[in-house]
Amino acid sequence: MQFGYVSPEQFYKDKADYARKGIARGRSVIVMQYEHGILFVAENLSRSLHKISEIYDRIAFAAAGRYPELESLRIAGVRLADLRGYSFDRADVNGRALANTYAQTLDAIFTTQPKPYEVEIAVAEVGDTAADDQIYRLTYEGSVVDEHGYAVMGGAAELVSRHLSASYREGMSFEDATRLAVDALGRDNASGEVRQLTTDALEVAVLDRNRMRRKFKRIPQANLRELLGNGDAPPASGPDASAEPAAPSTEEPTEEPPAS
Amino acid sequence: MDLSTSTGLPVAFMQPGTSSFTDFLAGYAPELLPGRRTPPSNVVGTEVRHGTTIVAVTYPGGVVMAGDRRATMGNIIAQRDIEKVFQADEYSAVGIAGTAGLAVEVVRLFQLELEHYEKIEGTVLSLEGKANRLSHMIRGNLALAMQGLAAIPLFAGYDHAEQDGRIFSYDITGGRYEEHSYYAVGSGSLFARGAQKKLYRPDLTADEAVAVCMQALYDAADDDSATGGPDLQRRIYPVVALVDGDGYRRLDNDAVGQVVERVVAGRNERPDGPNAPIE
Repeated sequence: MQFGYVSPEQFYKDKADYARKGIARGRSVIVMQYEHGILFVAENLSRSLHKISEIYDRIAFAAAGRYPELESLRIAGVRLADLRGYSFDRADVNGRALANTYAQTLDAIFTTQPKPYEVEIAVAEVGDTAADDQIYRLTYEGSVVDEHGYAVMGGAAELVSRHLSASYREGMSFEDATRLAVDALGRDNASGEVRQLTTDALEVAVLDRNRMRRKFKRIPQANLRELLGNGDAPPASGPDASAEPAAPSTEEPTEEPPAS
Repeated sequence: MDLSTSTGLPVAFMQPGTSSFTDFLAGYAPELLPGRRTPPSNVVGTEVRHGTTIVAVTYPGGVVMAGDRRATMGNIIAQRDIEKVFQADEYSAVGIAGTAGLAVEVVRLFQLELEHYEKIEGTVLSLEGKANRLSHMIRGNLALAMQGLAAIPLFAGYDHAEQDGRIFSYDITGGRYEEHSYYAVGSGSLFARGAQKKLYRPDLTADEAVAVCMQALYDAADDDSATGGPDLQRRIYPVVALVDGDGYRRLDNDAVGQVVERVVAGRNERPDGPNAPIE
């Protein structure tokens, strides 16, 4: 019943269900520590609309969910970081403060606005050493989780995360970490079948602590093709026998025969 | 969506529409803009640091910008090693003549403006777009400029479309003027421009363009007390920056020192500098 009395618990539960359903429709995004910093891998079919973005010198933003909403959060984050860096100093901008502000904002939106944001976002800050790296994952209602190693957002976060937890190791090289992430993103199906993601469905970026000042760097498609198309199938882990390509790909030599 | 009554980010942060940090500040926190202070009631003269020469010379495929190191307050040398030429972004440089405090703030805001645009939009502004943004910032400072607190930039960058260096000069109203071949701004600019006029050729190498800048700055310092010449004892030399297809790079002190030593050695022979043919 739309009208009449709705208990607060029901009211918020409805909002939460709505938000979760919206996020579940979206594709997943992985944020993962690797040897030189923090890696971001998202399944993204668009060339120009990004799910992963630079916020500040050491800080990046990754999100899953409804695009206009995550865009407005991204823009707000860039403005907030630049304003803080300008008013104080560049060194005074940190990921924790940004995550806290996002948390308050998402909470305000969830409780006071008619429709909650259907987004799940991550704010990551790369440190001088791996121990100083920070990954914060925020949900649609503003709760913050301080993640270690990796974080997954989006529809199949649970399934993708399970695969990562089995194979993730600290200090992986960029190549290994990217291959693991791409493989994990393809395992978002409850039936256990693995999708092969092609490079034009991927958006990859890093926060590399070895770079000067601005640590964020997008990985060009050409580099991804070279990395993933080297004939190496994703690391096999036993019982999933049939690997179906997500879309017929003529550019990458794969060892599996095309599914008919 | 109105978030004004709840906690979290004010609605101004979430609005789309502008990729300009200056415009965002003007709406949200105008007190942080350099030009928005109450102008003084009297014209300011010797109470604040002034003075400079900034020179720029193009060469095929790039542009050099150089600036002296002196800041004066009336007859006092307030600072011997102030830096006036800065990297604006990956492919451009900016130098500012005038009130030192304001100049530094304008540069800082301009650097942020360009980086902010790039982060919000995902692409870099065109060179003319960057020159235009600087124009707006100077325009915003007009009230203070009329009271003696002026900041006048010289902007130079590499234009990818034309594959060449370009120079832009400004006046206190924010008017923007493209200069071809070479230019100079600041209290010593008239003397510097005279030197550039006689030494410039369209086929200079990058090293030769640097030498032309050094000669021009030397002549400016020779005739303008507010422009500092090279300090050979302390090894304080002009800041020299090149911008070409590979981007911005600043010459390190030793490299500048070598050029300075050659220029000074030449001046030991002929103090007025290299002689230009009469016809």
